[in-house]
Amino acid sequence: MSVKLLYFAWVRERIGRTEEVVEPPAAVRTVGDLVGWLAGRGEEYAHAFENPKVVRAAIDRAHARPDAAIAGAREIAFFPPMTGG
Amino acid sequence: MTIRLQREDFDAGAEAAKIARGRTDIGAVVTFAGICRDHEGGEGVTALTLEHYPGMAEEEIGRHVAEAEKRWPLLGVTVIHRYGRLVPGDNIVLVVTASAHREAAFAAAEFLMDYLKTRAPFWKQEERPQGKAWVDAKRSDDAAAGRWEKPRERGAAE
Repeated sequence: MSVKLLYFAWVRERIGRTEEVVEPPAAVRTVGDLVGWLAGRGEEYAHAFENPKVVRAAIDRAHARPDAAIAGAREIAFFPPMTGG
Repeated sequence: MTIRLQREDFDAGAEAAKIARGRTDIGAVVTFAGICRDHEGGEGVTALTLEHYPGMAEEEIGRHVAEAEKRWPLLGVTVIHRYGRLVPGDNIVLVVTASAHREAAFAAAEFLMDYLKTRAPFWKQEERPQGKAWVDAKRSDDAAAGRWEKPRERGAAE
């Protein structure tokens, strides 16, 4: 599958990109799997995801937990805990 | 419900007046404005930049407002959240709630602010004399949002 990834705040700064399209292998089934796969793509990704518990995700603009399935997702975003309001 | 994301400033008084205009069933209007301060943790802040996730921010705020309308008898809700670079004294966020009686208006306004602080996709970066730094999410904000979670039913299996 092909999916668009979006990055925000210091996740974006560490990776050095605001967005990209990726094609993870079939074995990558969940958000947690995707984080692990991304971390292996380079130092900047490893740095962004070095503490996976801190990075949050959203699938198609709705909050998603690490065990959420990514099949069929059009857009997955990764970001730090939110500080709005 | 009115939900707006914008760079520009808002007029809290005008928005509060708008929500009740022409209606005589509203007995309570609560207005909350969040404002950029010049200090955080004892240190000076010269500017605050708010990054946001366009699309998700409006949707997520819409979900919070829909939840508030389910829990309380509200007759109107307005949420305006700014983004971009702000300086101390600038408005950041506005929540206006209207109801027949004050209990719902107060509770819904507090609920919406607690959820905006923890679940709306915005990220603040502070400018200080020493440089820029991303603001860390506060545990106290998570605890505040946690207060609104529905209590577990008695006798439910653990």
